[in-house]
Amino acid sequence: MATATVQASALASRLAQDVDAAFPDLVLAFQDRLYSGIRTYVGAAEAEDVTQETFIRVHKALHSYEASRIEALALSGWIWTIALNLCRNWFRTRSRRPKSVQLSFDRADTASVESEALDTAMLDEWRERLASLPPPQRDAVVLRHVVGLSYREIAAATDRPEGTTKTDVSRGLAALRRVLSQEESS
Amino acid sequence: MTKTTDQLGALFTSAPGRLAERVLLATNTGRFYDTIPGPTGELLVGWSDAGVFGIAPDSEKERFLATHSRGDLAPIANKLPGRLRAQVTKAIDSGKLGAVDVDLSELTEFQQAVLRKTAEIPPGQLRPYGWVAREIGRPGATRAVGSALNKNPVPVLIPCHRVGKSDGTVGEYAYGPAMKRALLRHEGLDADAVDKAAGRGVRFVGSATTKIYCHPTCRHAQRIREENRIELRDVSAAASRGLRACKVCRPAAAA
Repeated sequence: MATATVQASALASRLAQDVDAAFPDLVLAFQDRLYSGIRTYVGAAEAEDVTQETFIRVHKALHSYEASRIEALALSGWIWTIALNLCRNWFRTRSRRPKSVQLSFDRADTASVESEALDTAMLDEWRERLASLPPPQRDAVVLRHVVGLSYREIAAATDRPEGTTKTDVSRGLAALRRVLSQEESS
Repeated sequence: MTKTTDQLGALFTSAPGRLAERVLLATNTGRFYDTIPGPTGELLVGWSDAGVFGIAPDSEKERFLATHSRGDLAPIANKLPGRLRAQVTKAIDSGKLGAVDVDLSELTEFQQAVLRKTAEIPPGQLRPYGWVAREIGRPGATRAVGSALNKNPVPVLIPCHRVGKSDGTVGEYAYGPAMKRALLRHEGLDADAVDKAAGRGVRFVGSATTKIYCHPTCRHAQRIREENRIELRDVSAAASRGLRACKVCRPAAAA
């Protein structure tokens, strides 16, 4: 985590100097984590659009900030605040939004299609379980155990005290274990 | 049974490959490329918000994309915006850089100075490496000039094909001497004639009437009539005939 934080603050300085020049590096640094976390909220079919929208909002916000403010940003927490907002509002505002054009891409082989389907089925099961948690517990569990953020970053992302996010994570995990054991016994 | 936290961790995955491309296109923050017609065939043009960062023959696409990749991200195929397309096309057609923004920010100050000076050489004319070195105030750096030009990221646009060897011949080119000669021919300069004159030992050409001497391809040299034309091997030959250096092509250091 320490190295990740050092890299993130170096990125913040570069963004403060020149948003557009450093932005591709921000995209590369955050795309996997954002996409993985966002998938657990909106599902595989929508995750790409929501992740793209997150980056577009991040880019727009950076352009509206003073350099000193960008320099001081805790990037990870700040970006996740934007992402979580979008995830929560995505389906509510969906009908008002034009559907983006789906790019066609080649299916490599049937094996990968099958493993992808298996992947999506597993994701959807977990998405349902996570959705049964109170929102603060869901956010904390996803950010800690899917995305891999530190408690400090989670606290920044959710605007809650660090200690509270620890409680949220452990309560969320306990609730998930209850859900799992119920699934097994039924 | 697998631990709950491990199962959650297994939900981590890589973003689809096209996601970064889509974001960079939408925010116009990426590095892009397109092809445009050039004097000797299709040219790849790489650009970003900061300007044109790369030019290469279309046949060198693989090397072009590898050279200009940042991390895992290669330049993205895109349509050259109209304004930039017009500027680049005009620059290539006229042989003058003009209003085109070139992004040389990743080069050293020395390399930038070499390329900016090279951009001043008029179309259809040739200057030796040593001339560029002297003009940028680094008269000893002839070899370094050659290597900076060999690494010119924006050939054709910045005309490194207009810089030749100190013996007066056309010399080498990063994409092969044939392309260099074709570019010069396209601008009206006969590379074979240049090499032939250089082979006779001609470095400069003077005029018996104006008492001025030039690089052989300077536009003033090209106007000298046959009967007044004096072929010179070096600067001292010019001095001994009482000729002074042309102020336009500056064949020798200012005395």
